[in-house]
Amino acid sequence: MSYVPNTTAEQQAMLHAVGVETIEDLLQSVPEQVRLRRSLALPPALPEPNLKRLMLGMSEKNADLDHYVSFLGAGSYDHTLPSVVPHLYKRAEFVTSYTPYQPEISQGMLQAIYEFQTMVCQITGMDTANASLYDGSTAVVEAALLAVGSGDGGEVLVSHALDPQYRATLETYAWSRGFTVHEIGLEEGITSLAELEATLTNTTKAVIVQHPNFLGNLEDVRALGQLVHTTNALYVVAITEPASLGILTAPGDYGADIVAGEGQSLGSPLGYGGPALGLFATKSEYVRRMPGRLVGKTIDDRGQEGYVLTLQTREQHIKRERATSNICTNQALLALASTVYLTALGKEGFRELSEHCLRKAHYAGERIGLVPGFKLLFGQRPYFDEFVVGTPMPVTQLNAELRDRGIIGGYDLAHDYPELGDAALFAITDVHTRADIDSLVVALEDIVGSVA
Amino acid sequence: MSTEKLIFEKGAPGRRAATLPELDIPMHPIENLIPVDYLRAQPAPLPEVSEIEVVRHFTHLSQRNFGVDAGFYPLGSCTMKYNPKLNEDIAGLPGFARVHPLEHESMTQGAIQLLFELEQYLAEISGMKRVTLQPAAGAHGEITGLMIIKAYHEHRGESQRKLVLIPDGAHGTNPASATLAGYRTVELRSDTRGGVDVAHLESVLAAHKGEVAALMMTNPNTLGLFDENVVEIARLVHAAGGQLYYDGANANAIMGITRPGDMGFDVVHFNLHKTCSTPHGGGGPGAGPVGAAEHLVPFLPGPLPSYDADTDTYYWADRDPLSIGRVRANCGNFLVLVRAYTYIRFNGPDGLRHVSESAILNANYVMRALQADYDLPFDRACMHEFVFSANRQKRNDVHALDLAKRLLDFGVHPPTIYFPLIVPEALMIEPTETETKDTLDEFIDSMRQIARESVEDPEKVRNAPYTTVVGRLDQTTAARKPNLRWTSQIVTQAASPVATRV
Repeated sequence: MSYVPNTTAEQQAMLHAVGVETIEDLLQSVPEQVRLRRSLALPPALPEPNLKRLMLGMSEKNADLDHYVSFLGAGSYDHTLPSVVPHLYKRAEFVTSYTPYQPEISQGMLQAIYEFQTMVCQITGMDTANASLYDGSTAVVEAALLAVGSGDGGEVLVSHALDPQYRATLETYAWSRGFTVHEIGLEEGITSLAELEATLTNTTKAVIVQHPNFLGNLEDVRALGQLVHTTNALYVVAITEPASLGILTAPGDYGADIVAGEGQSLGSPLGYGGPALGLFATKSEYVRRMPGRLVGKTIDDRGQEGYVLTLQTREQHIKRERATSNICTNQALLALASTVYLTALGKEGFRELSEHCLRKAHYAGERIGLVPGFKLLFGQRPYFDEFVVGTPMPVTQLNAELRDRGIIGGYDLAHDYPELGDAALFAITDVHTRADIDSLVVALEDIVGSVA
Repeated sequence: MSTEKLIFEKGAPGRRAATLPELDIPMHPIENLIPVDYLRAQPAPLPEVSEIEVVRHFTHLSQRNFGVDAGFYPLGSCTMKYNPKLNEDIAGLPGFARVHPLEHESMTQGAIQLLFELEQYLAEISGMKRVTLQPAAGAHGEITGLMIIKAYHEHRGESQRKLVLIPDGAHGTNPASATLAGYRTVELRSDTRGGVDVAHLESVLAAHKGEVAALMMTNPNTLGLFDENVVEIARLVHAAGGQLYYDGANANAIMGITRPGDMGFDVVHFNLHKTCSTPHGGGGPGAGPVGAAEHLVPFLPGPLPSYDADTDTYYWADRDPLSIGRVRANCGNFLVLVRAYTYIRFNGPDGLRHVSESAILNANYVMRALQADYDLPFDRACMHEFVFSANRQKRNDVHALDLAKRLLDFGVHPPTIYFPLIVPEALMIEPTETETKDTLDEFIDSMRQIARESVEDPEKVRNAPYTTVVGRLDQTTAARKPNLRWTSQIVTQAASPVATRV
């Protein structure tokens, strides 16, 4: 019961060939005082069938979205996944390969990443995209690091409507690297232009705004861009729901210098939050300051086209302490998943996906807004597939009631946005049927009715 | 010898694979829902291909990619061992894969339990007190660990500690992470046995009294050698007020044999994609949990998974006021952690020790068999990997790169080359424990043949590979004139309205 294939007899023969008696003889350099002279205190080994049973049991203690209707979004989104997507990206030739440092035997992954970089550019309207980063939060951090550069200090302005987990992550890195983060407040659910104008100076390194923002509202992205570009600051647009890009204006078309975001919603499983897919795209002038890996097209010694990791002099294994970033790994497999996903949807399908999300969310918004006691807090603001609902009771209570009805309610904003009062963020995407939305409305009516 | 067209060069206008169900809700004109200013003028110019074309394209790409499932992959420092299929099945269960990260604790008891237990297992394996599972990869673990150390020193009023000591054989991520944590680095020399030069360490500590924040060490180090002086090194660093950081890249060599905590380390990061055999996925995702000794636990990122015995429930405990904060959104690379958990439960304590011992045996077996053919700069028993130098072959103008390219013709992924930097023409070989003796013997034969060719027909080696779909690629042009994306050569079609107007 082991993945070690060699038998005891074979290992004995190998020890003999090495010229020692036992494995212990090979461990002489490990000082006795640090040797572990007991077994690790771990549960005993389990054979595959028993382990499968155990893990299935553990998985069934979680509410999965095959069995529950969920209205959670807030940075992670469920979309219909064509069967073709997992079948292709999970092929073992991709899954069990390492970073394509040997291009002659890694053309498959290299070409897929080149296609990924292209598609990220196509949906964001940016010039160049990298081969991906850890997740949306760390992609935003890398955008700030690029903007701050190698000098000491510097200030980054960030919208209060940037995902709270992203803001928390950025705070951690800012403290560590030594730059400051200043938050810009909101007006009616979007970043305050007046406050930004009053705060922005010529020493501001970057302004980070999420679109659609965490509260689901569409930001005034053009006005923001114009304002930011009155200074030397970089305009960073964070995107957590890239499915919006099928229908919303590409950030490259409203002046974004960097797009940093989360690509999970494009074909990767929710997976309780990870692994995720950090997207990072810039204008071409920033390419040599880009973090992470890049794949480029070139030719081989036979004159054939091929692909390689390139511009590696930015990276840690060459530049060491002077690297643009400490990133080594990327999320190649998830980048591949999103490449297959975007290919399967294609030009028209991706637009349609966006349209379905938008239409269904607006249908739901309209219906929920009519339930007594519930109100779309930013009803006049345009939104994509998420919106904030003011609720007639604390959201913890509402969501407990919904759970009893087999529904996973919206994200409770009490902790991150207490100024909104009792409020929940509902996400509706293409996975929701009209019946799902109607049953939510019925449940809400029922809950208010029973409380009243 | 072949090329595969880009997906953008395939298909035809109007073709598509996936379809969405028809909308069954009232249809309003789209501009009634959202002002036209916000809408894109044209759809993103994504490919237009049918399902069969999608399948063929990515199947062809997969056939142009080499993975562990296809053959031997002794890529030093990367621990390319077999990735159990069981783990893939478990990670694909809907109760893991189809769970939203913001679901209520009462609906994710299994997930929190798994993370709580995995944390305990990793703490036991490393000899640490507690572990954060947030970091997404090894380098992410490094920056997290260094932030913990930074917060600790700041809390003690020792913010003047600005230096991180890094051995000259270290992974490039170590100095890059130190910079990102706001530190300056000082390089430590290696001694003639391949370990940290203790005398040099002492002199650096004396010259920078009160300034050293930490020493980052990989043990076994990047030469595959266990540092015999680790206890003395730990004593010296601690006496100077510094912290000792363990880079867990090579932890596949130590499970159940020794523990970083027992060696004196204060912070440890794991590379679960190495040690716990989660697949590397062509470069990621990985997972880089970080363990901390007791005095550093308050500084760990939060929240941490916790268990309340009274109510028998698992929950996310609020982080300590001293915590460095978050290092990413959500709890970590959960599905990678599920695989690691499954791996640990499958092997159990004795199985994990058998893993490490077998990795060490396989490495020594290959090293001794090839010692006559390649230079071995440090002639000692190795741990899970070892480093040859191609200095001898270089005399015939055959370089490490040429040897690597020639190996491709034998169906083997080459070793890591030109690393560590302290060995000229380095070939870093890590067979891993999951390879059979037969595979190792074939590799030994191939390496011997290439050593012979390097003398008898060096041109043959210099021009390799011969059997791959492409030959050696022009890296210089790729970097000088970067072509990082496809662009349409044809004139864009007339703008089509982005949304159906009803």
